[in-house]
Amino acid sequence: MREGCALVTGGARGIGAATAAALASDGWPVAINYRSDADGAEAVAQAIRDAGGRAEPIQADVRDPAAVGALFKGLEERLGPVLVLVNNAGVRADGLAPQLGDDEWERVLETNLSAAFRATRRALKPMLRARFGRVVNIASVVGPRANAGQANYAASKAGLIGFTKTVAVEVARRGVTVNAVAPGFVETQLTDGVGNGLLDSIPARRPGTPEEIASCVRFLASDAASYVTGTTLTVDGGLSA
Amino acid sequence: MPVQATAESVEQVIFDGLKELGAEGEVARGSTFEELDVDSLDLVELAQIVEDEFGVELQGEDVKDLRTVGEVIDLVVARSQ
Repeated sequence: MREGCALVTGGARGIGAATAAALASDGWPVAINYRSDADGAEAVAQAIRDAGGRAEPIQADVRDPAAVGALFKGLEERLGPVLVLVNNAGVRADGLAPQLGDDEWERVLETNLSAAFRATRRALKPMLRARFGRVVNIASVVGPRANAGQANYAASKAGLIGFTKTVAVEVARRGVTVNAVAPGFVETQLTDGVGNGLLDSIPARRPGTPEEIASCVRFLASDAASYVTGTTLTVDGGLSA
Repeated sequence: MPVQATAESVEQVIFDGLKELGAEGEVARGSTFEELDVDSLDLVELAQIVEDEFGVELQGEDVKDLRTVGEVIDLVVARSQ
């Protein structure tokens, strides 16, 4: 096992929580980052410990560059370098474009895209030195596809996919892979109230589960995916097929 | 802990770092990165080595116009003062 850890941003619930558990089951010590849900993050960590894994909840608002710097520094001291980074923290603030406020635009772009950039930038240097690293960005089928009322969210996720491809190309020759996972409709707190009426358009006729997304992240983070980089793995029950 | 940056210690760390990164041929102060076949990603790693050793952070802006090994050494020494 490599000396280092996995960091999942927004790991207190939903896809992030399931991803933390999946990476822990592959043997990674996992840092579960959260902004406000300390109880949720502790519950995720405890479940991992109960299963024999190593996990640590860690508070930081990923939009705050100084907090992200401190987060990485602390982890490097306690768990070693972050060799697996899952940029999962995400928010939505929906509205039709003519009515989207600057704050709603910026908050979504800051959290979903700029924060992922800063965390990736910080993580890459130790990964390059280690000649191993895995960055997995949680994108969305919204971005490549339209979704009325989510211009900000779509822009952030499409941006994340473009970011993924270019960074992947820059670091590929050092054994560092950068990929995205694009979930379709997954039942989590983030999608509360979105799904009704959508199910008929999903070929699988059901929403996805956080675990079904996490298993794909786990694959991309594994040695089995060492030649997979710059790609987006769509996990949507056939929605965008 | 970062160590004290002297002209000698910086030179040693950078020479060793460049060799580790696969620099071609003899590394000297006057060598250009082009001659050494050191590319932009190698320079990113070299910046990380320097930061780990001396606590001096080099951004892309700082190094983009530097052509020789000596120029990098001088910049790191100046920054560490």
